[in-house]
Amino acid sequence: MNTLILIVVLLGLSTLAYQYGRRKALSAAAGSYHSLHSLPSYHGVYMALWCGFPALLIVLVWLMFQTSLIETLVLSDLAGATAALSEGQINLLLSDIRNLASGDITSKEPNPLTRAAADRYIELERLGFTLMIAATLVLTASGFILGQRAIAPTLRARPKVERIVSWLLLIASIVAIITTIGIVMSLLFESIRFFERVSVFEFIFGTTWSPQTALRADQVGASGAFGAVPVFAGTLLITLIAMVVAVPIGLMAAIYMAEYASPATRAVVKPLLEILAGIPTVVYGFFAALTIGPALRGWGEYIGLDVASESALAAGLVMGVMIIPFVSSLSDDVINAVPQSLRDGSYALGATQSETIRQVILPASLHGIVGAILLAVSRAIGETMIVVMAAGLSANLTANPLEAVTTVTVQIVTLLVGDQEFDSAKTLAAFALGLVLFLVTLTLNIIALHVVRKYREEYD
Amino acid sequence: MTDLATPPRATSRPNLSTARLKRRYRAETRFRIYGIAAIATALLMLAFLLGSIIHKGAGAFMQTEMSLSVPLKVAELDPEGTRDPVVLSKANYRKIVRTALRERFPEVSGRKNTRELAKIISSGSDLTLRNFVLENPERIGSDATLWFKTSADIDQLSKGNIPRDVPEADRRVSDKQIAWFDQLNSAGETRLSFNTTFFTSGDSREPEQAGVWGAVVGTALTLIVTLILSFPIGVMSAVYLEEFAPKNRWTDLIEVNINNLAAVPSIVFGLLGLAVFLNFFGLPRSAPLVGGLVLALMTLPTVIIAARAAMSSVPPSIREAALGVGASPLQTVTHHVLPLAMPGILTGTIIGMARALGETAPLLMIGMVAFIVDIPRGFTDAATVLPVQVFLWADAPERAFVERTSAAIMVLLAFLILMNLAAVLLRRKFERRW
Repeated sequence: MNTLILIVVLLGLSTLAYQYGRRKALSAAAGSYHSLHSLPSYHGVYMALWCGFPALLIVLVWLMFQTSLIETLVLSDLAGATAALSEGQINLLLSDIRNLASGDITSKEPNPLTRAAADRYIELERLGFTLMIAATLVLTASGFILGQRAIAPTLRARPKVERIVSWLLLIASIVAIITTIGIVMSLLFESIRFFERVSVFEFIFGTTWSPQTALRADQVGASGAFGAVPVFAGTLLITLIAMVVAVPIGLMAAIYMAEYASPATRAVVKPLLEILAGIPTVVYGFFAALTIGPALRGWGEYIGLDVASESALAAGLVMGVMIIPFVSSLSDDVINAVPQSLRDGSYALGATQSETIRQVILPASLHGIVGAILLAVSRAIGETMIVVMAAGLSANLTANPLEAVTTVTVQIVTLLVGDQEFDSAKTLAAFALGLVLFLVTLTLNIIALHVVRKYREEYD
Repeated sequence: MTDLATPPRATSRPNLSTARLKRRYRAETRFRIYGIAAIATALLMLAFLLGSIIHKGAGAFMQTEMSLSVPLKVAELDPEGTRDPVVLSKANYRKIVRTALRERFPEVSGRKNTRELAKIISSGSDLTLRNFVLENPERIGSDATLWFKTSADIDQLSKGNIPRDVPEADRRVSDKQIAWFDQLNSAGETRLSFNTTFFTSGDSREPEQAGVWGAVVGTALTLIVTLILSFPIGVMSAVYLEEFAPKNRWTDLIEVNINNLAAVPSIVFGLLGLAVFLNFFGLPRSAPLVGGLVLALMTLPTVIIAARAAMSSVPPSIREAALGVGASPLQTVTHHVLPLAMPGILTGTIIGMARALGETAPLLMIGMVAFIVDIPRGFTDAATVLPVQVFLWADAPERAFVERTSAAIMVLLAFLILMNLAAVLLRRKFERRW
């Protein structure tokens, strides 16, 4: 909260500097615009940048590193006491100190050692904040002095400001790249740590998945089993069910809307279908878990089938409904892009409308439809909430849609939600699964894009 | 002209062709029906989904209350007669409510029965009474008749969600509790009133005291962070890519990258948030700040793609005119292209924010699933958001929480509809075709 106030103050100071720069430029030019190289407002922005920019940058960097720095310092004070502890115990101790410092509940009764550490933590935090305020104020003041010295009618304020702004634009566009790098790095590093404990071979080809490592080393299954085949198989099963629902319905809906429907029908139906894509996935999850799941179970009992209450079928069906608009709107676009002359040519040869669609339109738009389906598959594989709420947790290796299976995303969520030690194979396994998920969806997207580009028929 | 005079020669078409034509027309009709059936199925599923949620959740907006006459004895509330709020708030209201309840049903005796009796009234009733006493200290010494919430199970019973004809062991209310409730009901001492608690309070373990306000505030804080980050960065990056970037491998890379980022599963962003923001930078768990950061990275591609589309639809003549009268490239963009593209950019941003509003999975990763009673007051307080609240309640076993989950979904959908409506209106009002 204090940091927020500091940022607001800095912004306020920059505004003042803007006003000052404008005024000063105007008075330096004795009120005549002609003698100024740049408009007064550029002088203002020039001043504001000098004042606010370095200070805000410092605040950001400070906030990024303050916590980890303080924690390192506090731990180095405790070096004597923590030497015998494992990494996990140190993390627990650290979180206790942090909680004690912020007045929260701790896992153990505070002892003098942690209390002292917490006091030190608070003290360092305060010191850090004071230093940050001092640093930013000094920077603002010196920026102001430096900036106002430069203000003169001949100052090329506009080019200077514009150069800074175009750098900012470039930096903004790099954020997307940094995000990708961040994703790849965080997944990769944690996965490498995981594969130091569990071999890649076991992970990809092993058929037993039970990540719940036992507490004691001599218990059965103490090491946990990390063969991910059942998890992958479950994901594929649910995706397959979803596609069996989504592809025919989505494709036929797209064909009908593009070829048969009147503009009025289209104007009503298309937005309605798109509502399906706008509904949050957690709502679908709730629907699958509380309406479809029990209903399927009831029907199964009625006709004498044993349906698990968290069956793959329920999750897959609802996911399929969610995917329909992806298939239909993308296919709709490609079907509409087929030139009218092809249809006219086909009609002229005596084909009916459906024959035209099946033998001319669909082949001509096949690349786009395949692309749409691949994107939909990647969507289904990455979908989380529906399966978390409606699919099971136990990793069964089965192709029976009436049984409960688990998926990659469900496992990631169950492994990471709740209390976790960041170092166990169990937690790291989530990142390995995340890496697989990322790579698979990325590959699917690239293939989809490639299919759309390579097999596009050029007409006209 | 002579051609016309000759009558057309009668040709005998083979019957084969008519039959085939019939078959082809039948195929045509069938194909059409498939199309209609596909659309009808999709729309029916939509209607079924929304219908089942409204059907399940409508009840949560009402709450059963029971009236109870409570003696406000001076000795129990304010023995020294100071009327000091501190003293007043420390009195044992739970006991007073229990006693009043027992007096209402004097025939109930025995420890087990009285305990069962106490379960028909909400466990938050002592707070209701305390607030009443603090607001009306002049009533101390007299009897006050107040409306108290019934417990969630009795509420479900009164709404007809708990069937009475199943064996006692299979339902959450006992036969005795049903009898007591019916007694109150026939005496006209129950009513169904609008459930304000649902809109004003935070989460709770007791369904009748649980509300969505905490989640709504958490959502607002999270989305503010998302908007503050994703809108400027998205627009700036779109400006760079659309107006300034040279066409080379580097910009191609950025473009491909943005398109791929838009298709990365949302849970992967959660993993990024966990590994980078929580574990590397040490930001607080469960905080709207971190949630907003993660969602901002997730919405960024949407904003960039929408902003680029809006800017590329501004005709080049505008740019050329501005450059022609001496504006610098940056002035051209900020004074002319951006204002003209702004409706499109805002529409895209609102749609991106609507997606962020409905997102759950990445927030689970960064610990926004904690059970949080307090209304968050800042960006670093522990908070939860509406979709996560839905997820949490969906897990709770009580029937009353099913109702509240559906109601929370309705609130979430209402926000989504508002946002999409705003986007549509914005597009209708300001969209310009060149």
